[in-house]
Amino acid sequence: MDSTGSGLLSAVVFLPLAAAAIIVLAARGDRAVRQLAGLAALAELALSGFVFIRYDRSGDRYQMVDRVTDWIPIETFQVQYFLGVDGLSAPLVLLTGILGMAAVFASWGIKHRVREYFAWLLVLQTAVMGVFTSLDLILFFLMWELELIPMFFLIAVWGTGRREYSAMKFLVFTFLGSAFMLVGILALFFTEGINTFDMTELPAAIRATTDFAAPIGLIFTLLFIAFAVKLPVWPFHTWLPDAHTDAPTAVSVLLAGVLLKMGGYGMIRISVEMFPDVIRDAAWLLVTAGVVNVLYGAAVTIRQTDLKRLIAFSSVSHMGYVLVGISAVAGAGALPAVGLTGAAMQMFTHGTITGLLFLLVGLVYDKVHTRYIPDMGGLAGRMPVLAVAFLIAGLASLGLPGTSGFVSEILVFMGAFPVWGWGTALAAFGIVITAGYILWLLQRTFFGPRIERFGNVRDATPLEMAPMAVLIAAILAVGVYPSFISDVFRDGIANVIGGAASAAAVAP
Amino acid sequence: MTLGDLYLISPELSLASLALLLLLLDLVVSRKGFLAALAVVGLVVPLVLSVALWLGLDSTGPEPVNTGVLANTLLVDKFSLFFKFLVIGTVAVIFLMSGEYARKFQRFQTEYYALVLLSATGMMLLASTIEMISIYISLELSALPLAALAAFRRDSRSSESGMKLLVLSGVSSALLLYGMVLVYGFTGSTMLSDVAVKLDGVVFSGGQPFGSYALLLGIVLMVAGFGFKITAAPFQMWAPDVYEGAPTPVTAFLSVASKAAGFAVVLRVFYVAFPAEALSLQWATVFAALAVLSMTVGNLVAIVQTNIKRMLAYSTIAHAGYLLIGVAAVAARAPAGSGDAGPSGVLFYLGGFAVMNLAAFSAVIAISNRTGSDLIESLAGMGRRAPVLAGVLAFALVSLTGVPPTVGFMAKVYIFGAAVNAGLAWLAIVGVVNSVVSAYYYLRVVKAMYMSPALSDEPLAPEPPLRIALLGTAAAVLLFGIYPKWLLDLALTAAQALHLS
Repeated sequence: MDSTGSGLLSAVVFLPLAAAAIIVLAARGDRAVRQLAGLAALAELALSGFVFIRYDRSGDRYQMVDRVTDWIPIETFQVQYFLGVDGLSAPLVLLTGILGMAAVFASWGIKHRVREYFAWLLVLQTAVMGVFTSLDLILFFLMWELELIPMFFLIAVWGTGRREYSAMKFLVFTFLGSAFMLVGILALFFTEGINTFDMTELPAAIRATTDFAAPIGLIFTLLFIAFAVKLPVWPFHTWLPDAHTDAPTAVSVLLAGVLLKMGGYGMIRISVEMFPDVIRDAAWLLVTAGVVNVLYGAAVTIRQTDLKRLIAFSSVSHMGYVLVGISAVAGAGALPAVGLTGAAMQMFTHGTITGLLFLLVGLVYDKVHTRYIPDMGGLAGRMPVLAVAFLIAGLASLGLPGTSGFVSEILVFMGAFPVWGWGTALAAFGIVITAGYILWLLQRTFFGPRIERFGNVRDATPLEMAPMAVLIAAILAVGVYPSFISDVFRDGIANVIGGAASAAAVAP
Repeated sequence: MTLGDLYLISPELSLASLALLLLLLDLVVSRKGFLAALAVVGLVVPLVLSVALWLGLDSTGPEPVNTGVLANTLLVDKFSLFFKFLVIGTVAVIFLMSGEYARKFQRFQTEYYALVLLSATGMMLLASTIEMISIYISLELSALPLAALAAFRRDSRSSESGMKLLVLSGVSSALLLYGMVLVYGFTGSTMLSDVAVKLDGVVFSGGQPFGSYALLLGIVLMVAGFGFKITAAPFQMWAPDVYEGAPTPVTAFLSVASKAAGFAVVLRVFYVAFPAEALSLQWATVFAALAVLSMTVGNLVAIVQTNIKRMLAYSTIAHAGYLLIGVAAVAARAPAGSGDAGPSGVLFYLGGFAVMNLAAFSAVIAISNRTGSDLIESLAGMGRRAPVLAGVLAFALVSLTGVPPTVGFMAKVYIFGAAVNAGLAWLAIVGVVNSVVSAYYYLRVVKAMYMSPALSDEPLAPEPPLRIALLGTAAAVLLFGIYPKWLLDLALTAAQALHLS
């Protein structure tokens, strides 16, 4: 074995898996299972926080590298075990740690098949951490697919409504996307002169190549479809509302908070950095799709009467901004950097904001036993803490200055407007609609006359408040002092673009 | 024939001897359980001999020396030894899973074990043959006992199964023979390597209408004959009925060992006798078409099945399609030395398919031994009633779907890689889309086990040998899924030997 590294990132990736194994094999009783899962989630949060803090902006591009070069050492099919973080992935690792912790504690009330539930939840976290830290395409793809089965079980067994249908739909959509990604990855590898899965070497190797195993546009598309399904980009989004609505609360939190970000991460890490010329040509398509996502998503959101479905559709709308941000790659000078940093920031902030919203929706449902908005009203009097938290999350979602939502959206618009004036203007209109549905939602659920039926509804317990508090802190902290996240992102993006810019210099 | 020759075919001889020994002992020993145990333990002999032969090939230097046996009709090289390991391993697992099931055969238990061993002998010979008449004889040796085995339960379904297998196997043999005759007529030799020499330099163009068309017809007929053996569509019609009616361990044997032997001979014949580039591109196209057809038919029809044995039959057809992708991937280009990507992909996939399919069948047998039903709906609630069994079955099905961390994932990545490398990216796309379709029906079984209420609360526990089979195969699925190097090295070495024969 030819291995190097401190093992820190391996610990981050595999700690949840190890905890899941212990839960399945050794833990006795539901109480022990919960405590073990909680402990693992806290440890994971600490580890991911440590990774984020240890990331040194003046250091090498990829840090804390764990590497085994001869995992699959077949000469003609060389696969490495290769983990590392850069400025793009370090904040996402932190985000996964935060939301993983929130998800575990939001699941404290699960009574049905507790052992399996927490095991799957932890396996899911391993898969997501793996996606964000993998630097070998096959490992990346393995982690990407590893997330399918836990998610399938979590929705189908512990979900509500048409859960089995939603679980299968989620699985088929995602699996189809990733199936295309596999062919794309293989076509890259088997192009003469590339022959590597190493993501740190691929950008340069691709730039130096002209004759690909398949047309480069096709390879790009095969890879992009997987990310587009995951983000999701209209018209590949239809799995999302179903999956979100029927998933248990904690799973919605993770799904919205981090799983969608796998799509955006893939776009920036692979589509932008490895195919700079192709994506510049396709940027008009990105901005168009982004605008459709924003406006269509927002328009559909307004009409929703199910609290959870409403938040789900708002995710479709908000992920549109990621696309708009990425479309700034077609711009000159500093614009791509600004736009992409905005897109990355949007991923982070949407993770915290929508994670919190789903958490709150779950809590509200637990207490009032309905998600049907017209049945609610005046809940603020009965549950002031939840109401305030919902207000903060809602205002952040519509991009109120002082919250994190504002920071990311302004960056996206600043990057994209000079490039795609009309498109950006249309996308910005989405904020108005967002304000409409968020405020209307708050008014219909928490304000207005009190309803007698909800007379003895209780507010959140301290245990429920803990993950809420962490997420609110993250939202406000990024809103007030964004640079502790955005500087790291900017650094990561600069390297991504650095690769892309020197492409122009090298190209004849 | 010399003593050295006997040593070289000693694995086959010892396997056949074991079968005969069992039959003889059956006359005097009344405890059938002892004979079943002997059948499993006796497999150690051919295994040790095969390992010795492999090591013998290693010790002759870096370049493996292939040794011709019996007037050069058989070849003992690493390629054939790979399949010997595979067949012996499969037989061992089949025997472990048969214990309880075979007791239903009462008086004829020992005959059951003996027939499996004889069929396995034919399969092992098949992997070694490099001459067409020997191929034909080995094929018959492997197929005839199978027909008897399929009819072993002696109820109407099982008899139908045996009859179908016998008749259709005869038809396919006839096609194969006719194809061989044409090839012989064109080249004047039945030795595969001589055929290749004769064809080398022949120009396959419009200039030679009759001759080259006769050859092509011969090749196509051989493809059809082998297509039956490997359950490739459109020669798959027999598989679902036979699989459903045959005793379940025999079904497992058919879908794993019989198919592996079929692929062994396909690779041997086409990569040794017809490697000429002009020709190989032609048969590669035929195999690519068969691959598309097998995957699509297998996966689409599997969706509507309600009997798990039938479902696994169609899934076997689909997997034959994935394997044919590897056979079709002849024209591998970059990087240098990746010419073996296709064959080694097939071998790796066969190894992986063996462990995952055997894991699935072990679980199915363990469950149906107790419930007496092969219907998917009778699996409802197994996640509660039999956590280990259901876990292994679910894991095996996930592996068949091709999701990590399983050998099915690695096998798919590798074999689709071979296709892309051979310029068949479109075929790889058809393959991955098909694997998405397959997710639907595999996970339907998982859904029944974990998400439907149980029909009864009675827990289910398999007997110890079956448990060994279950956990052993499941462990292999996981191990090769995380750390495939070992199996991949083996497959690559074996595939490289193919060129030297």
